[in-house]
Amino acid sequence: MTVTIKGRGIVPGHAEGEALVSHETISGWGGIDPATGTVIERRHPLFGVCFTGKVLVFPGAKGSSGWSGFFQSTRLYGTAPLAMVIGKLSTKSALGAVVTRVPTLSELDADPLDVVRTGDWVVVDADRGLLTVGEQR
Amino acid sequence: MRLADDEKAMRDGAEGPAVAAAMDLLIRYGEALGAERLCDTRNVAGTMTQPSPIKATLVREGGWNKAFATINLDSDEEFDIPHMRVPTCQLQHGFSDDALGVAPYPASMVELQADAESFYGAHGVNILATCTPYQVGNLPVRGEHCAWMESSAVVYANSVLGARTNCEGGASTGAASLTGKIPCWGNHLSENRYGTHLIESAVPVEGSLDWGMFGYFVGDIVQENRPVLVGDLRQPDLTDLKHFGAATASSGGVELYHIPGITPEAPTPEAAFGGRPAPEKIVYGEPERRAVHETLNNQGESEDVDFILLGCPHASLDQVARVARALDGRRLNPGTELWIMLPRALRVVAERNGYTESIRRAGGRVLTDSCPAMSRSAPEGTRVFATDSAKQAHYLPAILGIEAWFGTLEDCVDAAVTGKWRGELQ
Repeated sequence: MTVTIKGRGIVPGHAEGEALVSHETISGWGGIDPATGTVIERRHPLFGVCFTGKVLVFPGAKGSSGWSGFFQSTRLYGTAPLAMVIGKLSTKSALGAVVTRVPTLSELDADPLDVVRTGDWVVVDADRGLLTVGEQR
Repeated sequence: MRLADDEKAMRDGAEGPAVAAAMDLLIRYGEALGAERLCDTRNVAGTMTQPSPIKATLVREGGWNKAFATINLDSDEEFDIPHMRVPTCQLQHGFSDDALGVAPYPASMVELQADAESFYGAHGVNILATCTPYQVGNLPVRGEHCAWMESSAVVYANSVLGARTNCEGGASTGAASLTGKIPCWGNHLSENRYGTHLIESAVPVEGSLDWGMFGYFVGDIVQENRPVLVGDLRQPDLTDLKHFGAATASSGGVELYHIPGITPEAPTPEAAFGGRPAPEKIVYGEPERRAVHETLNNQGESEDVDFILLGCPHASLDQVARVARALDGRRLNPGTELWIMLPRALRVVAERNGYTESIRRAGGRVLTDSCPAMSRSAPEGTRVFATDSAKQAHYLPAILGIEAWFGTLEDCVDAAVTGKWRGELQ
């Protein structure tokens, strides 16, 4: 069964792939290592997990104003996520998505954290503002 | 997003390719936020000189023009960077040459940063090199639209000064510096500046230790919302609110708070909520105060302290003077180091007053530009550190994998002299 949720495209584009869901907010500075594309915050549930090539679904950004710069660096290192789905948008995550230059959705009609599980196949259509969640593959 | 005529002209290249790239970034960013328009700003605080491995590579490939285009404008094009269009300052960055031989920090990074300072200084970036620009030459006025980074500075500018800024990033501040524009969204709009939470202190909040602990409690409760603080709050000074705001932006993401009767947009609690009914109050009492102290001190086991860090956010002159007085005629414990971080402009005054000499004579170090968390660098072999800053106690153990103690400035100085942590909550 597939589910489609309406949202708003934050960065235009279209991508599909495997979801990586974080139920905790993510830090840029002190939270991720851009060189490897992994979460490095010790107390984070995704500690040590790599988000490169995944559709990163998370509730929002926290921490330093360096957030966008760290995610921009993942693009420069080639370790960026494939797309982003952001629960609550802020200046940090909006600018971060823009400079990571990956299709991004937010302001969805349903909380994406309730709908998407890690491993689900998801389609991020940021041009039309649609998130489609399929079965795990 | 609607663009004004001057903004369309910049986008279309009337002011050259760098300004066009800057406007392109602001349009992408403004659309992402859902902003309706841009607003004018003549006050930018960002980061350009901070060294990093990526920046070193970009500079090798195409000089500082390429580093700025790639990182601060998010552009892949090649062009020369013009002079800053509006007043722009550099916030804290890496360690400077005063830390050579003191901090285990690569000399190549110090050199890269010095090179950056020459380039950006010549392009009109004021190298304040501090997380507290409001202490040394960038003091925005009430209602002024700013484009600032650094969470502790953003919360101070919005709340204590009544200026208007979101928590910006490296690319949005870079683009603002060349255009004098920033998305008119969030904290720039009056309707987004009223309180959302009411927190009452049932215990006296006085002095920077208690203001810091209260801030840590408040940030954890409200996260990114806008608290209004009432109760037994004693008159704070710059140092107290510097520590309070930094703590709210560490345990949470507070960018704006109101203290009725103290901060400028809240003459009364009613005004703080914009005339709407106040929400049910949350009480901060002695049990909550003790719990915060416990949280900030549960990262320490060994009482043998080998590093004291003061000046987070960068110290005020009052704090430097207090450290100098507390160290007067004493010597640091062999094997314990004490660093106090402050803006370089204030170090000139501290030297003039003899404060730095008193601290140095005791064996302490007076450093500028950065901090151990920013530069990921503490004295060689540090296992246990102590600080008077809730922010540094929050971040540094995770960043460097060391134990932490949190107490008053005087507790910290005593630990520097004895090598033992004896701080207790009074």
